Amino acid sequence: MQTYDLESGDLRCLNASLHAQAEATNQTAWEVVNPRGSHAIAVGLDAPIEVNVKGSTGYYCAGMNKQATVHIHGSAGPGVAENMMSGTVIVDGDASQYAGATGNGGTLVIKGNASSRCGISMKGIDIVVHGDVGHMSAFMAQSGNLVVCGDAGDALGDSIYEARLFVRGSVKSLGADCVEKEMRPEHIELLRDLLARGGCDAKPEEFKRYGSARQLYNFKIDNAY
Amino acid sequence: MTMKDIPHDGPPRTDPIQSATFSNPVNAEIRRAAATGIYDIRGGGAKRRVPHFDDLLFLGASVSRYPLEGYRERCDTNVTLGTRFAKKPIELDIPITIAGMSFGALSGPAKEALGRGASAAGTSTTTGDGGMTPEERGHSTKLVYQYLPSRYGMNPDDLRKADAIEVVVGQGAKPGGGGMLLGQKISDRVAEMRNLPKGIDQRSACRHPDWTGPDDLEIKILELREITAWEKPIYVKVGGTRPYYDTALAVKAGADVVVLDGMQGGTAATQDVFIEHVGLPTLACIRPAVQALQDLGMHREVQLIVSGGIRTGADVAKAMALGADAVAIGTAALVAIGDNDPKWEEEYRKLGSTTGAYDDWHEGQDPAGITTQDPQLEARLDPVDAGRHLRNYLNVMTLEAQTIARACGHNNLRNLEPEDLCALTIEAAAMARVPLAGTDWYPGKAGF
Ligand SMILES: Cc1cc2nc3c(=O)[nH]c(=O)nc-3n(C[C@H](O)[C@H](O)[C@H](O)COP(=O)(O)O)c2cc1C
Repeated sequence: MQTYDLESGDLRCLNASLHAQAEATNQTAWEVVNPRGSHAIAVGLDAPIEVNVKGSTGYYCAGMNKQATVHIHGSAGPGVAENMMSGTVIVDGDASQYAGATGNGGTLVIKGNASSRCGISMKGIDIVVHGDVGHMSAFMAQSGNLVVCGDAGDALGDSIYEARLFVRGSVKSLGADCVEKEMRPEHIELLRDLLARGGCDAKPEEFKRYGSARQLYNFKIDNAY
Repeated sequence: MTMKDIPHDGPPRTDPIQSATFSNPVNAEIRRAAATGIYDIRGGGAKRRVPHFDDLLFLGASVSRYPLEGYRERCDTNVTLGTRFAKKPIELDIPITIAGMSFGALSGPAKEALGRGASAAGTSTTTGDGGMTPEERGHSTKLVYQYLPSRYGMNPDDLRKADAIEVVVGQGAKPGGGGMLLGQKISDRVAEMRNLPKGIDQRSACRHPDWTGPDDLEIKILELREITAWEKPIYVKVGGTRPYYDTALAVKAGADVVVLDGMQGGTAATQDVFIEHVGLPTLACIRPAVQALQDLGMHREVQLIVSGGIRTGADVAKAMALGADAVAIGTAALVAIGDNDPKWEEEYRKLGSTTGAYDDWHEGQDPAGITTQDPQLEARLDPVDAGRHLRNYLNVMTLEAQTIARACGHNNLRNLEPEDLCALTIEAAAMARVPLAGTDWYPGKAGF
């Protein structure tokens, strides 16, 4: 295992070393100590490596991740795993705003709570939050799945496209064009898999599903805002 | 028509007088709004007259300044963008770049033509709100990749394939507004690139999803640099609203290049009310932006690209004399490759428009095959021939700008300066901070 100390080493060196890991690397396990809330840790990775960050991170940890597993043993600042393409990002603590923003693929697991705008403009990512999510989560969410085991704040799924939202607890309010939808057997199956991948023992039957009413898809007099 | 044309008996009557306030076009728009209940959406930039480069003149050489020989003496046009932080700055032969216009708004052949023309002229082209296509990457020797609020098609591989990254905060045609692409243009390919259902009327966000304000922008730029190993120049594009502060904040956030787009700048589609009533004319943006760069000691260190209504080599020279390092063109490039060409007049008529006024670019029925996704229409545009036209046009603009620079005694376009200019109107004098023609005065000049 490689250990990188962000107290003595700089961010550029860390990311350059991680980027240098090729597909077939055998140095697959990395540990980053003393992250001290630094921004842009382990961004743009593109190899099947595992990076354990021992502490809390600043903005955009694991941004644009491909293939790698990034495990934050602490809390994550804004935009964790933003625009992720594939791979897995796990946050042991809480995540700040915009977690998983615009993510295209892969899985983001947040074991604590996520703040506002979790999954904003998501484009295919799967996000599993063990706790609650804040207001405007899944705003303009295009595709992928957001699972919330706790409660959701105001305006969930505002202006949502085709993403699927599953919430176990209460939803303070739904955003424009977001409605509750029927939980069909295929959704239960999908959710079972998401919960298993998220390391969550909640039962799929306890969740409600939300998605787009598709009433804002075309400019009409009543939608003109 | 006058009253005497209308036969009537009795004493003379007052002529009918049209209102300047409630003119026929204004009333027609009121009737259209009343009948449909929805605002007008269109493409293009502000159509009303605003103070512009036409309101400036060059002084040329005189006893105190001697000119350079028109064809013989050297007048350099090259520019390097991204010298502040990027390991690989962009070297351009000419200071005229092609502005960001999306595949989706534009057809595949139109994007290819822009790439071909720009590459042949030694300059860069730019992606747009819809991601990078392999075709445009392939045909552009220098390609700037836009990083927009929608993040449609955004991915780290394309980011690394780009020659520069442009973080789009705003556009001159609609500062504070997001994009829109109506259903007619959401073909299978466009839908797939944007990860959206086919045929919907697509709205793009007006604000970035994962940052707000200059402090966040600084961290966002850090992330983009880390992902791309600090190689690529990072531009920040803003619409002309508060050019002094936006430029200063972009510099503070770590931009290599600031792109400033005035209200005449084109768009593929937005509300007419937005285009005509929000933002500053291009002319009013340049001096405050240059002032901000100078106040920070960053003029020429951080390059300034100006766009919005650039049409000729004279416009290029004027923007540069006011302090820009380069300009970008959108609408003019589309006209060069065939937009609004009189040869389609019959078809423009069928669409309820006419040559020069056609702006329903959002409807996807462009007879010239440029602002469309219809396979039959886009097949009308030959990208090789259209690319040649663009190259010729870029060459002409460059020659024109050189002609002016030489006449003013400069051996490099960048050496043009405000002292080479005067203004024809008080408004232009105030905005450009150059004297009203024949005086040594402009509004706001200290000492008066
Ligand atoms: C058809 C069209 C599409 C455009 N698409 C984008 C875009 O995707 N992103 C962007 O930042 N600006 C876009 N713009 C604005 C241009 O990048 C540029 O700011 C503007 O065209 C410059 O003004 P000009 O048209 O007067 O040259 C678009 C403009 C046009 C005409």
